[in-house]
Amino acid sequence: MIKLTSLSKHFGDTVVLDRIDLTIEKGEIVVIIGPSGTGKSTLLRCINFLEQPTAGTLTVGDLTVDATRASRAEILAMRRRTAFVFQNYALFTNKTALQNIAERLLVVDRWPKDKAHRRAGEILAQIGLTDKADAYPASMSGGQQQRVGIGRAMAAGAEVILFDEPTSSLDPEWVEEVLGLMKQLAAERQTMLVVTHEMSFARDVADRVIFIDGGRIVEQGPPGEIFSHPRDPRTRDFLKKILASNAV
Amino acid sequence: MDVLNVDYMLGLVPVLLRYLPLTLQLAGAGMLFALVLACLFAVVRVLRIPVLNQLTIVFISFFRGTPLLVQLFLFYYGLPQLFSALTVIDGITATVMGLTLHFSAYMAESIRAAIVGVDRSQTEAALSIGMTNSQLMRRIVLPQATRVALPTLMNYFIDMIKATSLAFTLGVTELMGATQKEAAGSFLYFEAFIVAAIIYWIVVELLSKLQNHLETRLNKAYNR
Repeated sequence: MIKLTSLSKHFGDTVVLDRIDLTIEKGEIVVIIGPSGTGKSTLLRCINFLEQPTAGTLTVGDLTVDATRASRAEILAMRRRTAFVFQNYALFTNKTALQNIAERLLVVDRWPKDKAHRRAGEILAQIGLTDKADAYPASMSGGQQQRVGIGRAMAAGAEVILFDEPTSSLDPEWVEEVLGLMKQLAAERQTMLVVTHEMSFARDVADRVIFIDGGRIVEQGPPGEIFSHPRDPRTRDFLKKILASNAV
Repeated sequence: MDVLNVDYMLGLVPVLLRYLPLTLQLAGAGMLFALVLACLFAVVRVLRIPVLNQLTIVFISFFRGTPLLVQLFLFYYGLPQLFSALTVIDGITATVMGLTLHFSAYMAESIRAAIVGVDRSQTEAALSIGMTNSQLMRRIVLPQATRVALPTLMNYFIDMIKATSLAFTLGVTELMGATQKEAAGSFLYFEAFIVAAIIYWIVVELLSKLQNHLETRLNKAYNR
C-alpha cells in the first residue's frame, strides 16, 4: 500500500504539489493525467525521493517517512521499495540489457552473480528480449530500451512501479510494444502508478484515473466515470483537448 | 657535410637503452601520483566542496600557468634554500614531484569534464534503484568518464614521458642526461641526439598502439 499524506513540493516560491493526499492499494493500477507542468512527474519523483518533498508524509508498505526529516537511510530504504521507469529510458549505457536488469540485484540486494543473472534472464524472457541479453543500449531500438527500463524496474521487486510518461519519447512504431508490456504487468496485478498521455491505456487498464491540475488532485474515479462524466470543468476541458489530439 | 657515423649510432643504442627504464619509471610514477591527485581535485571541483574548491582552483591555475622547468628548479634549488630539511630532495624526487603537480593540474580539468559529461538521467536511474553515491560513482559514472577521458589522459602521459627529459637539468642521468654525456664525449652531437629522439619516438608510438587498443575495448558498448 502507498499512502501520501498532505505531500507538498515547492521550488522556491513556486508550489508544484499542494498538499496531495493519495492512497493506492496493493495491486491497484492508477493512471495520472493532466496538463503539462502541473506536477504529475514531480509527484512520481517525490515518491522515489528523486525530489525531496517539502512537507508531508509518505508510506510505502511498512515504512513511513516524514518528508521534511527523512534521513539518508530512510531515503535509500524508500527508493529501494519503489521503482522508476523514465521517459527517456535512462539505461546504463556501459552495461548490457542483462546487466542493466541485474545491477540492482547485484549491488543493492547483494545477490551472488549467478543468481542475479539467472533472475535477470527470467525477466528478459518476460519482456521478450532474451535474444538481446548481451546487447548494449546503443544497439537497441527505443522500444527495446524502454522494455529493458521496465525490466530493470521489475527486478527491484518493488511495492510499486512508477511510470513517468514511458511512451512519450518513443517513435510511434514502438509505443504498442511498451504499452503491451505494461498491460501484461497490470494483468499480473503489479501495483502501478502511471503518468501518461495515452488515454486508451488509461481507459482500458486503469482501476482509477486521477486528474491533476495546479499541483492538486482535481478529480478521481474509475476510468469510465472520468472519461464519460467528468464533473470538473477543468477535467472536461483537458479531456476535450487531449482526445481531439489523440484522434488525429 | 660529414657523413653520419652509423657505427657509432648503432653502438650507442644499447648504451642509451640502459637509461630508458629510469625515464619510464619517472613518467610512470609521475602519472600514477598525478592521476590520484587529479581524481581528488576533480571530485572536489564537481562537488564544489567549500574552501577545498577555491584552493584547488588556485593550485590548478598556478601549475598550469607556469613552465614545468621553472617548477622543477623551484622544487630542486628553491625549496631547500627556504627549508634546510628539504636538502634531502634529490633530482629524481624533485622530478617526480614536479611532473605530478604539473600534470595533475591539467588532468584534473579533463577528468572533471568527463564526470560532468555523464548523462544526468543515468545518475537518477542509479539513485532510483537505491544505489548509494559511492556505488553510483564506482559502477556507473567513473567507468563512463574513463572512456571519455582516456584519449586526453594518454596524451598527457605521452607528454609526460617527453617532459622527463627536463630531469637532466637537475643532474638526473635518464635517457636525455645519458645522451648529453655521450655526445659531449664523442662530439658526435647529431648522431647521439637523433638516436635519443628515435628511442623516444618508438616508445610513444608503442603507447599510441596501446591507446588504440584500450579505446576499442572501452567503445565496445557504444557501437551500433
